[in-house]
Amino acid sequence: MGETIDLKLHVWRQSGPNAPGRFEDYTHYAKAIPTHASFLEFLDIVNERLILAGIEPIAFDHDCREGICGMCGVVINGRPHGPRKATTTCQLHMRHFRNGEEIWVEPWRAKAFPIVKDLIVDRSAFDRIIQAGGYITARVGSAPDANAILIPKQVAEEAMDAAACIGCGACVAACPNGSASLFVAAKLGHFNSLPQGKPELDRRVLGMVTQHEKEGFGGCSNHYLCEAACPKEISVKWIAKMNRDFIRASLRYAPPVERKEGYG
Amino acid sequence: MDLKSNTPTGPIEKRWQNHKFQLQLVNPANRRKYKIIVVGTGLAGASAGATLADLGYNVLSFCYQDSPRRAHSIAAQGGINAAKNYQGDGDSVFRLFYETIKGGDFRARESNVYRLAEISVDIIDQCVALGVPFAREYGGLLANRSFGGTQVSRTFYARGQTGQQLLLAAYSALSRMIAAGKVQMRPRCEMIDLIVVDGRARGIVTRDLVTGKLEAHLGDAVILATGGYGNVFYLSTNAKGCNASAIWRAHRRGAGFANPCFTQIHPTSIPQAGEYQSKLTLMSESLRNDGRIWVPRKPEDCTKDPRSIPERDRYYYLEEKYPKFGNLMPRDIASRQAKFVCDQGLGVGPEIDGVRRGVYLDFTDAIKRDGVEVIREKYGNLFDMYERITGENPYEVPMRIYPATHYTMGGLWVDYNLMSNISGLFVAGEANFSDHGANRLGASALMQGLADGFFILPYTVADYLARNGPSKGVDENHPAVRSAIKEAEARINQFIEVGQKGTHTVDYFHRKLGMILWNECGMTRNEKGLRKALEEIPKLHEEFRAKVKIVGGGETLNRELEKALRVDDFFELGVLMCLDALERDESCGCHFREEHQTKPDPNVPGSYGGECVRDDERFAHVAVWEWKGEGKFARHVEPLNFEYVKLEQRKY
Amino acid sequence: MASSQVLSFTRTAIGQKALVAVTGIILYGFAFFHALGNLQVFLGREAFNQYAEMLQSMPKLVWATRLVLLVALITHVVLVVRLARRAREAKPAHYRFEERMDPSEGILRRYARQTMLLSGLIILAYIVFHLMHLTVGAVPGLFFVRGMAYENLIYGMRTPWVAGFYLFANLLLGLHLYHGCRALFQTLGLRHPQWDRRSFAMALSITAVIVGTNVIIPIAGLTRLVGGELPEDPQEVLRTGEEKHTVSE
Ligand SMILES: Cc1cc2nc3c(=O)[nH]c(=O)nc-3n(C[C@H](O)[C@H](O)[C@H](O)COP(=O)(O)OP(=O)(O)OC[C@H]3O[C@@H](n4cnc5c(N)ncnc54)[C@H](O)[C@@H]3O)c2cc1C
Ligand code: HEM
Ligand code: FES
Repeated sequence: MGETIDLKLHVWRQSGPNAPGRFEDYTHYAKAIPTHASFLEFLDIVNERLILAGIEPIAFDHDCREGICGMCGVVINGRPHGPRKATTTCQLHMRHFRNGEEIWVEPWRAKAFPIVKDLIVDRSAFDRIIQAGGYITARVGSAPDANAILIPKQVAEEAMDAAACIGCGACVAACPNGSASLFVAAKLGHFNSLPQGKPELDRRVLGMVTQHEKEGFGGCSNHYLCEAACPKEISVKWIAKMNRDFIRASLRYAPPVERKEGYG
Repeated sequence: MDLKSNTPTGPIEKRWQNHKFQLQLVNPANRRKYKIIVVGTGLAGASAGATLADLGYNVLSFCYQDSPRRAHSIAAQGGINAAKNYQGDGDSVFRLFYETIKGGDFRARESNVYRLAEISVDIIDQCVALGVPFAREYGGLLANRSFGGTQVSRTFYARGQTGQQLLLAAYSALSRMIAAGKVQMRPRCEMIDLIVVDGRARGIVTRDLVTGKLEAHLGDAVILATGGYGNVFYLSTNAKGCNASAIWRAHRRGAGFANPCFTQIHPTSIPQAGEYQSKLTLMSESLRNDGRIWVPRKPEDCTKDPRSIPERDRYYYLEEKYPKFGNLMPRDIASRQAKFVCDQGLGVGPEIDGVRRGVYLDFTDAIKRDGVEVIREKYGNLFDMYERITGENPYEVPMRIYPATHYTMGGLWVDYNLMSNISGLFVAGEANFSDHGANRLGASALMQGLADGFFILPYTVADYLARNGPSKGVDENHPAVRSAIKEAEARINQFIEVGQKGTHTVDYFHRKLGMILWNECGMTRNEKGLRKALEEIPKLHEEFRAKVKIVGGGETLNRELEKALRVDDFFELGVLMCLDALERDESCGCHFREEHQTKPDPNVPGSYGGECVRDDERFAHVAVWEWKGEGKFARHVEPLNFEYVKLEQRKY
Repeated sequence: MASSQVLSFTRTAIGQKALVAVTGIILYGFAFFHALGNLQVFLGREAFNQYAEMLQSMPKLVWATRLVLLVALITHVVLVVRLARRAREAKPAHYRFEERMDPSEGILRRYARQTMLLSGLIILAYIVFHLMHLTVGAVPGLFFVRGMAYENLIYGMRTPWVAGFYLFANLLLGLHLYHGCRALFQTLGLRHPQWDRRSFAMALSITAVIVGTNVIIPIAGLTRLVGGELPEDPQEVLRTGEEKHTVSE
């Protein structure tokens, strides 16, 4: 149980969005790390030591620490969320590192994700993309009985596959184009697969794709590194579906004509 | 303290309908004149914010995470109850109501619980309409499962991510209203005080977690939906940021705090691996359906490879003590028994502070009986999760589990309208003292959060606004507002100043506080321990205020300062929890006072006793605490009347 | 959402990318038929020159095709350059270690997707060279006689660096299309679990035909496996020829 390792730790420090950043060597504070600790607990330990040494602790985002809230995420040795497949940073454990291993920790990097501080980035672009159409309009009180519309199991499962996205942004971090295609496609895939999502499909896909462009994300050129980095293993097939839906929507969408009230 | 519950009377199944009719409405054209502050974007807060905005009110919404989508509701796995009776297996609104009251050990209001069961049906409709991909049968109908040992299958679920899917639905509804300009969203913004003017909640003070800026936000009503306070124990299944600050600061401003000692412990969490451990991860209780729970009979076996321990040296304590239900005993009993055996020195796993806190959950027999494939099919993802966290392969080595704090039934007192005793201050979701009494049934918290936000607050807040009209005469320069900001500023500066010379980190103190509470006010409580805790906590609190180390200033993102402010509140809450546990001199639900338990019955073979013994004469009430200045509290009660259920004792 | 808030198709990355794929398919199709035609070089001089003549006899078709191809190529190139610039802007900083993102990915695939722009630009250079060489006859020092397509090709390939460049460029084309033939279905949203393997296999076989043909011809020319009957000295061909020919300067 009590096994520990020493690491050569380099962490990106940056005091604000426009401040210059650089790697700091924290090897001195990264000794005797329990292998059962998670990566964030490792950073906790380093921080505790930094604080006691009077150094400002490393700022990083996290909350649930069980791989579901999507708040955590750092790039470890060039890979978002580190070396383990289908694992968020908070669920990555130190037993996957070797004693003496060199570790470089960096924030997500993309123009649309400006750095807030150290390892924290601003992912509010994701929220704005959702606001541009990532919903089904269903006023409270208007819903029919839940079993009124049958949804084949296959369809529900597929929608759930897409809906599993935790919005962590690892796809953007991994993408050489800084594209959020996988994120957008997953949300679109979720809603557009369901019968409830069909009426707003065209508007949704046009709105969200447009917002994605406006936020300064790059386009997809089919590298599929997003899929490899995604802790929820969301398939790039959703990007294909997004492309299809977008092309179709572009061809046929006409915005609803605003009718003046009170002509009756 | 005015504790009028405002519960309607008459036949229980008509109460909510009648009450809704009595509530006043706000004219659609007038709604845009009101501003409602909603703190929290979990199921309760997001659904309330979205619905109120859709009705035409202006909503100002806050969360401490970087996005409203990350509230801790997201972590709920199991499912959400609803009395739909889609399975035709005998479920009904009344049955759900009855079981919820009984599960809560008769410490909740009948009217509220009935309303919850009644609304549960609409929640599922609403969520499906919003696109929640609930599990389905092949024919396309919704699937259900039985949860937490109920006889009926009324739990709806979306794989093991029900909370995530429900929250994302509420978040999408909220996002739609943000796009419509009706909700102004302030993420990374933490409420650190409540503004009360002339007995009415008029706004909040927040700290921007990125810039450190203190701001006052004013509105016509304030809704707190800030979740549970399980993190008071340091280790819990809550997210790291979960806190009591919003409700605690409201409490200090006069809001009654109800049943603070009612905290639920979940039996199957992955045990702590070391002192650095930052949180506990829950595993689905369903594991107990096939796994057998045991510890070694001999303390010297506790460090051995479990596979090498022969059958006769294994102590299947639940099966032995409760032959009828065995490993499927209710959450609280299963949890307590695990604590007992570990305290006896029979626990397994790493030793922390001299105790090994862990018991085996063994699938060897199940694998032998059903084959690996069947087990993998049922529990594969849970086994994977266990392996990811512990590095041990549960197909080969028995898992280790231990109870963990999971849910807090206590919270701010609210009336039937979900309004606290401070006029205009509403409390929803886990943050209120809720409908779960002394113990919550599995899959009922999600239900409550959405009931509050989608279906109750929109009516009751409207009634409040209609009766009181837009708030006038309070702006940024009002003395109450300015003094609230000043106080917050002074408190922060105090921490920054002390922090420079401090000697121990915030976590150091938080861990110590958590340990005291876990030991003395956790799964079991007794008078001696509680009195001891009541002495220790204030001392530790003082030490904390004098010696906590914080690097960096207040005008920037400073996680240590955030934590310090939260832990500061946890200290005071911890005291109140112990006080409440001490004063409630009975056992009920999750509140187990060792002094009040059943004795083994010599006439019943295999009877071990160890059950809660309630004292309905003296304690069939809600305990509501009033803040009386630093460390002083007054206890009030709201009596509970039962007209539809018969008070009875649980027996196994 | 008003319509003005929606970006027009061609201003979005997805729209632009779809045009890249469509133009890619056009170029692809041309390359395929072009390769099939070129295979006739193995039928001998007579047949090949006749084929060339047949094409020349339909100037309208030839020019129409050329126009489509030119537009397609320009569109393709302009858009990929624009997309690449955009992508670079979206990713201003890089990681300390690049590209160890997906260790399970095959080396060929990885290399192919990483070098799309580079392989594309080299292909572009090659296309220009190829046109100068065999269509216009403007590469100094290389044999070119209008109407003698077979001889032009064979003598060209006998020059080692020319054969080498053809070989190299076509291998790169193979690489380009190795990524492209998977990507285009994705880009156009034409994916389905039932069809993915088949559609990819089809595209890959077409690629194999294109690259195979275009690789074999230079090798065969260089090693005299094809056109071995032609004398070493191109002047001899000219002398025996019925018409007057000139070697391009
Ligand atoms: C691991 C786990 C599993 C669970 N599984 C189930 C289950 O299967 N079924 C079930 O019914 N229940 C389950 N529960 C319980 C249930 O998830 C919660 O009780 C419920 O989701 C709480 O919702 P909420 O809206 O009240 O609060 P939360 O979702 O916790 O939201 C709180 C919100 O308040 C904000 N906030 C908090 N403090 C502040 C502050 N000071 N200033 C500003 N904002 C603040 C937060 O940012 C957040 O947005 C589970 C709980 C846990 C921990
Ligand atoms: C015979 C000529 C060519 C053919 C057959 C061809 C074919 C293709 C195909 C099928 C694709 C895949 C489209 C997709 O991703 O969906 C593609 C992509 C691409 N092509 Fe070409 N191409 C040719 C020439 C060129 C040239 C001259 C360039 C010059 C720059 C080029 C650069 C690219 C790039 C960069 C991409 C990737 C675009 C992206 O993913 O964003 N190609 N090509
Ligand atoms: S902290 Fe929530 S996903 Fe990692």
